Amino acid sequence: MPERLSIEVTDVTAVYANGHIALRNASFKLGPGTICALVGVNGSGKSTLFKTIMGFVRPAKGTVRIAGGTVEEARRQKIVAYVPQTEEVDWSFPVSVWDVVMMGRYGHMNFLRIPRAEDRRIVSESLDRVGMTEFKERQIGELSGGQKKRVFLARALAQRGQIILLDEPFTGVDVQTESAIIDLLRELRDEGHIMLVSTHNLGSVPEFCDQVVLVNRTILAAGPTETVFTEENLSLAFGGVLRQFHFDESTIQDHDGRTVKLLTDDERPLVFGKDGHLEYKDRLGREHLVKEREKEGRD
Amino acid sequence: MNLAAPFQYSFMIEALLVSALVGTVCAILSCYLILKGWALMGDAVSHAVLPGVVGAYVLGIPLAVGAFIAGLTCAISTGWIKANSRIKEDTVMGIVFTGMFALGLVMFTQIKTDAHLNHILFGNILGIERDDLWATVIVSIATLLILLPLRKDLLLYCFDPAHARSLGLNTNRLHYLLLSVLAATIVASLQAVGILLVVAMLVTPGCTARLLTDRFDHMLIVAVVVTVLASCTGVYISFFINGATGACIVIAQALLFSLALVFAPKHGLIANKRSLR
Repeated sequence: MPERLSIEVTDVTAVYANGHIALRNASFKLGPGTICALVGVNGSGKSTLFKTIMGFVRPAKGTVRIAGGTVEEARRQKIVAYVPQTEEVDWSFPVSVWDVVMMGRYGHMNFLRIPRAEDRRIVSESLDRVGMTEFKERQIGELSGGQKKRVFLARALAQRGQIILLDEPFTGVDVQTESAIIDLLRELRDEGHIMLVSTHNLGSVPEFCDQVVLVNRTILAAGPTETVFTEENLSLAFGGVLRQFHFDESTIQDHDGRTVKLLTDDERPLVFGKDGHLEYKDRLGREHLVKEREKEGRD
Repeated sequence: MNLAAPFQYSFMIEALLVSALVGTVCAILSCYLILKGWALMGDAVSHAVLPGVVGAYVLGIPLAVGAFIAGLTCAISTGWIKANSRIKEDTVMGIVFTGMFALGLVMFTQIKTDAHLNHILFGNILGIERDDLWATVIVSIATLLILLPLRKDLLLYCFDPAHARSLGLNTNRLHYLLLSVLAATIVASLQAVGILLVVAMLVTPGCTARLLTDRFDHMLIVAVVVTVLASCTGVYISFFINGATGACIVIAQALLFSLALVFAPKHGLIANKRSLR
């Protein structure tokens, strides 16, 4: 692993072929051991940001540095791995789970792409890690939504990418698989990886992301989840696009004039409590956490 | 009727060998084309080689060279027009290849050549000239030498171009390489089945194989076996009916495809019906 793993996006402006500006003056910085959510409406420049980090789109202005080097150097070292959206993949393609994960090793193989024992070992280890070993002979179309996601995650692991870009990893995934994926991402974070997760699943963001980047044709806010993932910032990012429900009466407490707010971008809802704090899924028995966070926020 | 009669003629032996070789190249390429969704591209490029063939005759260069350049021109100009206009790729292709084919026809009527239009349009493997035979063999072998070592890179490119790029593969180069190989394969198949039926050779083998297997490696092998079988059968039968070799090969291909469509163990119609029950 490089000495200091990092992504540094500095003042990046990216332009489409037709001259429209996809992203203007975007800047943010991520250090090792981070899970960062990339949140914004469709067409806000999330995928352009991914493409500039992968080096597919050259910024018209500004720089992207990965682990202190250029994007090209990062690509040569296979640092950046990409987990595509489910819709982008042709699932009828005649390849097995094993084949797909082995494709993660291509960059490490010679010109003829003949796998060595080492490659096979890494592939089966990666499959093991995502719990897909028993499905390795399956054609990829014969998998469930969650299994499909895990195959591509295994491919990123096999690639030994230290920076993993995940595009909508939770769409079409059941709750159980979602938490399995989140557990795996946490493990990878603890090993020092950087994960940048583009997601509409606002409700799960505070649960597993320690950083958030809010995008709407520029970076609206970037930083720790507690400070960035606020109601004001989200309204800024989404405008009137989010479904919003205000409950004037909490189901737990009596009416006191304050509201509980629920924001959803079509997936798991994000709930702000009466004090404007983030509500968690497993709040029972952790109510003190909410108060502590609030106190930290004030300090 | 003497069933062994065809094997007594050296031209028949040659035709069988050449058609098997050409079939092998077409079969391998077709696996990539159908996965990439380039069936129509195969049709377009094959029609577009006609002005190249006539032009090459006028200039006195090998017909294969002219055909290759014309085919590639069609593919590249299609890509360019699509990128620089609001028109969709399949529509652009329809315009470019019919335009080039028509140009070829007009050139052909205006210029006296000793090549028969029928031979270019429908192939003439039983009466193939020495030079054309060698051109076909050389182009076929060259194509195989490019396709086989790069088969995994090309597969990755067809499956997930973004991932291929992130691994540092030059996807642009692979794209044009695949186009060039397509043009070369069409050039090689011209003598066997002719311009009008080449697309069958570029599509059917891969489709038949796809019905029979879920693994790409197996698909390549199945496609080659099916195509060599169909090519040799076509050549053999055309001996007895005295002609239309290309059409016989294509019919044999279509019959084998139909068999696979109905009887394929996992993806055939009968198997589908059974699994619904």
